[in-house]
Amino acid sequence: MIPLVYALRDVKQTYGPRTVLNVPSLAVEEGEVVSIVGPSGAGKSTLLRLLALLQPPSSGAISLHLDRRIITAANATTADRRQMAMVFQRPVLLSRSAYDNVAYGLRVRGERDADDRIREALAAVSMSELAGADARTLSGGEAQRIAVARALVVQPRVLLLDEPTANLDMGTARLIEDLIATQRSAGTTVILVTHNIFQARRLATRVLLLMEGDLVENALTRQFFESPRDPRTAAFVAGDLNY
Amino acid sequence: MITSLDAEVLAIAGRSLQVTVSALAISVAIGIPAGAWLALAHLPGKRLLTTVVYTGMGLPPVVVGLVVYLMLSRAGPLGSLGWLFTVRAMVLAQVIIATPLIVGVTMSSVLAVDPSLREQVRALGATPVQETLAQLFEARFGLLVGLVAGFGSIISEVGAVMLVGGNIEGRTRVLTTAIVLETRKGNFDLGLALGIILLALAFVTNLAMVMAQGRVGNPR
Ligand SMILES: Nc1ncnc2c1ncn2[C@@H]1O[C@H](COP(=O)(O)OP(=O)(O)O)[C@@H](O)[C@H]1O
Ligand SMILES: [Mg+2]
Repeated sequence: MIPLVYALRDVKQTYGPRTVLNVPSLAVEEGEVVSIVGPSGAGKSTLLRLLALLQPPSSGAISLHLDRRIITAANATTADRRQMAMVFQRPVLLSRSAYDNVAYGLRVRGERDADDRIREALAAVSMSELAGADARTLSGGEAQRIAVARALVVQPRVLLLDEPTANLDMGTARLIEDLIATQRSAGTTVILVTHNIFQARRLATRVLLLMEGDLVENALTRQFFESPRDPRTAAFVAGDLNY
Repeated sequence: MITSLDAEVLAIAGRSLQVTVSALAISVAIGIPAGAWLALAHLPGKRLLTTVVYTGMGLPPVVVGLVVYLMLSRAGPLGSLGWLFTVRAMVLAQVIIATPLIVGVTMSSVLAVDPSLREQVRALGATPVQETLAQLFEARFGLLVGLVAGFGSIISEVGAVMLVGGNIEGRTRVLTTAIVLETRKGNFDLGLALGIILLALAFVTNLAMVMAQGRVGNPR
């Protein structure tokens, strides 16, 4: 049996009177690549933040299961958090060099002598040449790649990505997709928010469709695209509901 | 003139630096943690505290001097310390003037850091202390500005140090109070020379800070 990584029950997130997320039930198994798709404002980033245990949901329960520990936003220790890494939709880089940004996660873990790993991570996102550049001078796409590199370099067991290729040209987007595929092969659990359903199709083992906060579809990738249960999924895939 | 720098003038310049560096060190030791705490803590009455700090940034130095004078005078609450007309009294007054400046500048530069930074470094494995350090490090250019402004305001201050130090020759006379005295006596040459030394000290210190800033990365 494949171990469970995430279990969600009756999760609701509200802001004032608005319910922006409503997930009655969801389970994620170890090694899955789960893609979250849906229109803008559907609650994708909100769900990802909850999965990162950055905030507890307004109601309901979210737990991360690792090494027989049941981890929630309330009881997560730093050691627990260090099993995850997240790339935000709008990455904020530290005002240091690109290299130091990639090194950050390793430094806070007290890992020295990691120069090889840092250079390797920079090379993987083809940012070796800009290693010494001030991170604040980088373009949006370059910053995005550094954000991916600084999350990958810590070798998380759970990788949370919020539209990691949104600012990238096609070539670089493919580069990041290859990195995600490598993570999939390595058995990392990946949660990938994307606005691009083709990307979900290429990378995910399972796809979730969110609409106005509701989990409309939760299906294996093939089924999601070929025989979805909800008519809105077929319409979304066909582009009728795309933005 | 400057060419005939005598021991007295050197001693005065040295005392100015001594007062300034001591007062700045104390203000920074209090002001940076206090400013960071004010920026980051969730507490009731934060607006009021912030208003108090901003008001403190604009305290008239001569009023601070008067209050410190009254507190340190023989009948005052701190009279038993015997600090009046000593360098300590001058440092005390300068600390009261400069600390709100350091607190205010620290607070605003920490608040100017992107609020999402904290959770982004948390999502990379930072501990709460490391999160705060990351935020402070982002604010480092602002902190340096506070240091420069604090140094400038302390070394050029005259009213408070005149009141609580008394401009005693060989003991509490500093560059600014000496300039006032020499100007009154009509020794404009000497007054100007002392003024040039004051400017030179400020320039050299600022140069050192600008170079330090270059080393931590160029601000934009
Ligand atoms: N901190 C917040 N306060 C209030 N509303 C929020 C907050 N975060 C997100 N929302 C709202 O929740 C909804 C879902 O946002 P989000 O999860 O970012 O959507 P998506 O990532 O799918 O575009 C949006 O309408 C957004 O305005
Ligand atoms: Mg989003």
